[in-house]
Amino acid sequence: MNAPSITSTAQTQAVTRSFDLGAAFKDAFKTALIMLGLSIPILAYKTDQSGADLFLTPRWGLVAIVCAIVFGLRLVLHAFTASRAYTKATPSAHQATEPVGATPSAFQHVSRFAIPFFLGVALAFPVLIYLIQGGLNESRYWVDLGILILTYVMLGWGLNIVVGLAGLLDLGYVAFYAVGAYSYALLSTTFGLSFWICLPLAGILAAFWGMILGFPVLRLRGDYLAIVTLAFGEIVRLVLINWVDLTNGGAGISSIPRATFFGLPFTAGEGGFAATFGLEFNGMHRMIFLYYLILFLALLTNFVTMRLRKLPVGRAWEALREDEIACRSLGINTTNTKLTAFAIGAMFGGFAGSFFAVRQGFVSPESFNFLESAIILAIVVLGGMGSQIGVAIAAIVLVGGPEVLRNLTFLQSIFGAGFDPNEYRLLLFGVGMVSMMVWRPRGLISEREPSVILKERKAISGSLVKEGHG
Amino acid sequence: MSTAGANIAMQSPQASSARQPLLSVRGVKTYYGNIIALKGVDMDVNEGEIVTLIGANGAGKSTLMMTIFGNPRCREGTITYAGKDITKMPTHEIARLSIAQSPEGRRIFPRMTVYENLQMGASMNGLAHFDQDLERVCTLFPRLKERLQQRGGTLSGGEQQMLAIARALMSRPKLLLLDEPSLGLAPLIVKQIFQIIKELNEKDGMTVFLVEQNAYHALKLAHRGYVMVTGNITMSGTGRELLEDPQVKAAYLEGGHH
Repeated sequence: MNAPSITSTAQTQAVTRSFDLGAAFKDAFKTALIMLGLSIPILAYKTDQSGADLFLTPRWGLVAIVCAIVFGLRLVLHAFTASRAYTKATPSAHQATEPVGATPSAFQHVSRFAIPFFLGVALAFPVLIYLIQGGLNESRYWVDLGILILTYVMLGWGLNIVVGLAGLLDLGYVAFYAVGAYSYALLSTTFGLSFWICLPLAGILAAFWGMILGFPVLRLRGDYLAIVTLAFGEIVRLVLINWVDLTNGGAGISSIPRATFFGLPFTAGEGGFAATFGLEFNGMHRMIFLYYLILFLALLTNFVTMRLRKLPVGRAWEALREDEIACRSLGINTTNTKLTAFAIGAMFGGFAGSFFAVRQGFVSPESFNFLESAIILAIVVLGGMGSQIGVAIAAIVLVGGPEVLRNLTFLQSIFGAGFDPNEYRLLLFGVGMVSMMVWRPRGLISEREPSVILKERKAISGSLVKEGHG
Repeated sequence: MSTAGANIAMQSPQASSARQPLLSVRGVKTYYGNIIALKGVDMDVNEGEIVTLIGANGAGKSTLMMTIFGNPRCREGTITYAGKDITKMPTHEIARLSIAQSPEGRRIFPRMTVYENLQMGASMNGLAHFDQDLERVCTLFPRLKERLQQRGGTLSGGEQQMLAIARALMSRPKLLLLDEPSLGLAPLIVKQIFQIIKELNEKDGMTVFLVEQNAYHALKLAHRGYVMVTGNITMSGTGRELLEDPQVKAAYLEGGHH
């Protein structure tokens, strides 16, 4: 190492180490202020003509939104540059020349405030939408979209256990989603069981089917495994179509009972949710409840996965993905490991499925075709296999993206009135996929976070042992 | 050093010959499809010994090692470990009988950190004495201690080999199977690794079965050795005897690693 490189590294390190949230916020706030100043003459007032008169319509709401966006973007930019400089300044984990200690990776650095941010937005989402749209009924579309995205986040996380952690390529994940949905639909319509009883049952049934899929594919890997799982997904769908006595075939099962708020139905009458809490009845109460339900289920999936990763079974999954033969010679029962991965992944698919049934009130085999599996798999692959936050981002992009596209009506003024941006969905989807594979071939977040982070590198000899890590 | 090693080599088999061997392989035949890879192999490893198996590429050395672990399984013959027939036992159960293996090509987990790799090695006894064992392998391999948080795949070849051995040691094995630990490593690192194997054997009394192409080093280290040619054991004897055998000299020691 020559002298100049040391100083430059030291400088960058000094800059990045001292990266604090306060300064970033300050700067973002300044930028937002500039934006505010700029928007007063440009955005704040709109002239409207009514007959011969001109009116000034104030648009402060829009100004606020634009300023908020600028603020947010500036923060993101800061985080991005900081993490980038950080990666450059710290000896990266990919370099073998420098011993890497306990310094958090760039990913950990970003995720430290990215995760609370995402979580906060997710928790406050219905409230934010309510405030922005100015009413419960107006926010229906957005809450609905939120529910849809979270369903896919949950499915992505569930599949992530099988594909991302255990490395078992599963193209038939939608089968478990279907099993969950039909379990709830059939149990509730036939036996009148409530959603809260059916939810765990649907999970158990899906896990059971996960094991059934697991047994024949124990010896398969890669392409062959993918083909069998693909076939499995199709078999489940075809059975649902053709077993008319049980599933009512292609017509599906309708009038599935709705979820209750721990026993309180979302109805207008006496004893309903609204009446009990002294609120005015509104159908949106149910939607918001469903939103929080799926948020809870998704977070549960995430929590369980994160915990499992730190336990022997989770480590065994990851080791299995890396090298199956080495696993076996280390005394790991690969049969059980694979089956638990299939079962637990399927269980979350089943939960999501029964949520789907209770949200829709109607299930039919149509909803569980191969494209669904492909989208869920695309979410996992694009997100970066094994990365929880990456999967969440990919779900938002892949599921929310097309919806945003639907709203890009201004494009019609460019391409003519007959232009329907929605028709180009798959094209853009494809372009997005290809460019992802070019620039980030291992997914949005390809960095694997170690399941154990040692506090201090040198502490390993004495203090670590006392602390009893591992 | 060589004379001292030879002395031990002369005594050890006699001392333990009265007892039953720790690992014994009898008439083992292994096939890959229709191709026979092991044509009836007999071999013993006594407790406290270092036994080496040398031979050319494709002789079946690694196959024998993997057959002991039940992957691939032998079609004929028996394998006994500590008086127990393990011929038909599943691989992971064999591993739980305090046999550890550092397989050919190291087979560490590349995306997991060194620490996690070592955890995997200890997982079969539930991480019960993980901290002690970690401490122990870190003393044996100080290089690994520096790199605990680093991904296994980013280590150099020598470090990966050290990690593979360290990972095997984490389960506190009685019998350690090593497949070509010197493969692709610089002579200095080979020396280090062989020194560590010797220490493990002398200080901890660990029994070692070593498959090697580096015949000179392996025979110098081992108490006893076997020579394998196309699926058959053709010669056996103490390390010293084999080193001085003209046939072995001609076939495996020419061009010398001296």
